[in-house]
Amino acid sequence: MTRMELVQGNEAVVKAAINAGCRFYAGYPITPSSEIMHLMAKEMPRVGGVFIQMEDEITSIAAAIGASMAGKIAMTATSGPGFSLMQENIGYAAMAEIPVVIVDVMRVGPSTGIPTAPSQGDVMQARYGSHGDYPIIVLSPSDVLDSYVLTAKAFYLAEKYRTPVILLTDEIIGHMRESVNLPNIERVEKNMPILGEGRKLHYTGLANENGFAIYEPEKYERLIKRLFNKIECAKDVISYKIENPDAKTMIFAYGSPYRTAKAVLKIAKNVGIFKAETVFPFPERALKKASKDVEKIIVPEMNVGKIVNEVKRVVGDSCQVVSVTKLAQLVDPQAILKVIE
Amino acid sequence: MNVKDYLVNLPHTWCAGCGNGIILGAFIRAFKKSGIDKDKLVVVSGIGCSGRVTQYLNFDAVHTTHGRALAFATGIKLANPELKVVVMMGDGDALAIGGNHFIHSARRNIDLTVIIFNNSVYGMTGGQQSPTTQLNAKTATTPYGNLENPFNVVDLAIAAGATYVARCTTFHVKKLEKSIVEALLHKGFSVIEVITGCPTQQKVKPAELIKLQKNIKPIGVFKKEEKEEFVDKYLKLVKSVKTEKL
Ligand code: SF4
Repeated sequence: MTRMELVQGNEAVVKAAINAGCRFYAGYPITPSSEIMHLMAKEMPRVGGVFIQMEDEITSIAAAIGASMAGKIAMTATSGPGFSLMQENIGYAAMAEIPVVIVDVMRVGPSTGIPTAPSQGDVMQARYGSHGDYPIIVLSPSDVLDSYVLTAKAFYLAEKYRTPVILLTDEIIGHMRESVNLPNIERVEKNMPILGEGRKLHYTGLANENGFAIYEPEKYERLIKRLFNKIECAKDVISYKIENPDAKTMIFAYGSPYRTAKAVLKIAKNVGIFKAETVFPFPERALKKASKDVEKIIVPEMNVGKIVNEVKRVVGDSCQVVSVTKLAQLVDPQAILKVIE
Repeated sequence: MNVKDYLVNLPHTWCAGCGNGIILGAFIRAFKKSGIDKDKLVVVSGIGCSGRVTQYLNFDAVHTTHGRALAFATGIKLANPELKVVVMMGDGDALAIGGNHFIHSARRNIDLTVIIFNNSVYGMTGGQQSPTTQLNAKTATTPYGNLENPFNVVDLAIAAGATYVARCTTFHVKKLEKSIVEALLHKGFSVIEVITGCPTQQKVKPAELIKLQKNIKPIGVFKKEEKEEFVDKYLKLVKSVKTEKL
């Protein structure tokens, strides 16, 4: 049964997590993600799950990974500076193939930046933040309903592919309240052997086969290729939406700027939208296909222009790519309209 | 009992004369004596020579990141309170990069058994100064002598809230074994500091190191307190909240 309710973005993340079966939350307070933690502190004991406030973000993600190994569906949430501290163990989860969901409610950086202002400055950190070569899934909601649906998807993908999944929201989406009709979501099941079953499991962050270190370059290469294939060949990882597919001008948007794109669509004619819900792996094939007859792609971002480079890489010389950026606030529809002319 | 029955992935990579194997042997014998179900035991380690234990122990074994073993262990224990979770770390691992996690885990009095392999030097990375290196000692990063004061691990653990705290050495193997049994059976955060030797990086012959350890004082149990444990408290909370009207 579903009904309309007024829900905040951060709250939607918690609701989806609990409905998807998340039963372990470890975190450290940070603006603008703290509401997630407050709600988890209240709700986790009620559903028989675990909530723990750790001493920092390094340990928050480490505890979540540990809990995941021991059978819980686990997550943590943070914002920019905390997200940086988590990077070491995000790499660990990728290497040891442990499911974990990390929510980054992006704020302005670098460093302490403007803690209360929105940003998309972490988008490349989400992809490349840990050291070494590893694949990762990054999802980016644009509104409250998206926050709910994509959080559920994050848990589903994390468990299915035994991988860290990052949900990138921002201060706008996290704090925004919208009237939504939250759909039912399926509970996610644990998809791996867990500690305490007498299986003598070995986990390590070393390059390994079945938990035991390997040192041969050929074996290492095989391992990394397998990890990449696991994510990149999966059919259900990439999600996107296309509006007005026949338009000659296309706005490529992820996260909050999709809202700006929607506003533009109401005013301008012959404009389409490619909304990337999965930012990484980058929806390369879909974008190539969708942009075949497009003359101009506009990429609005709340950073200095990051994903625009991915778009350029994919479409090459086939059309013009224009970056529209805005720092510390949402991109204005006027800024997009200006480059449409 | 044959210790080798509990080992895999041999031969190990430790140097001849390293104390790590002595601690590992004592742990396996202690585990047998403790009567703990081997399927419910999880060993967690960090990074460094000591961290390698989880590559050799034939239990559920989790080799984590440098300094963070206690945080992974905290997640494991909270996720499944039935498990006996043992954390093995070196001195740099536990007290430098992991120092914050060490004091906070102790403060929580979470039911983890911690064995610190204290050879007062970074072995794997080439003999650098650690937080337990003695004042004036020469290491790769203190070529003119160490200017920093070492931690007293026992005092630190007690001050932070650990409820079982002992110090032993790789010379006193029987005592070590006994202490590990006690720590395993203790409910709460238990810490055993084991003074061990790194002949390779301390540049002292193994026999000399063992002789030095013979005279280490004081050794023994310095704290043993019954105090409500963290996971138990959490489970109680869950029970009371769940019965509350939503
Ligand atoms: S370097 Fe030291 S601690 Fe490491 S294996 Fe060799 S003797 Fe042991």
